[in-house]
Amino acid sequence: MSTTLQPKVRIQREDFSVTDEIEALKKSSKNIGGLVVFLGTGRELNKGESIADLNFEHYPKMAEKKLDDIRVKAIKDFNIIDMSIIHRIGHIDIGENIVLIIAAGEHRKEAFVACEWAIAELKRTTPIWKKETTTKGEVWVQSTP
Amino acid sequence: MITVKYFAQLRQMAGKEEDQFELGPQITLDQLSDAIGSNLPKIGELVRDKKIMVSVNFDVVASDHIIQDGDEVGLLPPFSGGI
Repeated sequence: MSTTLQPKVRIQREDFSVTDEIEALKKSSKNIGGLVVFLGTGRELNKGESIADLNFEHYPKMAEKKLDDIRVKAIKDFNIIDMSIIHRIGHIDIGENIVLIIAAGEHRKEAFVACEWAIAELKRTTPIWKKETTTKGEVWVQSTP
Repeated sequence: MITVKYFAQLRQMAGKEEDQFELGPQITLDQLSDAIGSNLPKIGELVRDKKIMVSVNFDVVASDHIIQDGDEVGLLPPFSGGI
């Protein structure tokens, strides 16, 4: 495991280790009693189309700022102890990790709610765009539920 | 100088990542859309018709926002992060 302390909000090209990120967040507090993890991965089918690969791009500075805002608001509004949000950009193959959100609370209930809210808010407010390569060509995805 | 950034499909439509405009100390979004549209008519129309979101200095703004000289404007197609 890396000994370098990483920021809890990151946008990066390289893959991440879910286990390392959980262990890092657990160090935030000895009062953490429950962690909820959302891991988004590249799937092969979208609306019946077979996807060969994915490509993500973001608006530097603004995307990081929005993720920071989500983390701060989640901690404040849902009374959780801490949260990590990591999103990858660049080329991503099917099955690879895309996005990780970990909500850590004293109890499970607030962590579940905060985690679900955070991924919805990420999709709504964060300037990140996905391009799918399918058998019919390249498509910029407009939005997904 | 106002910097306009293009992203995703707008960057592909524009064929570049950004433009810079000298348009005075303060302008409206409509005035900026005219300047963009002089070289990139489809993108100018999307901004004028409010079909895309616009950010100024990394925050999304309303259509009546006044843009100041030195601002960075982002033209933002619908987001599709996450999964």
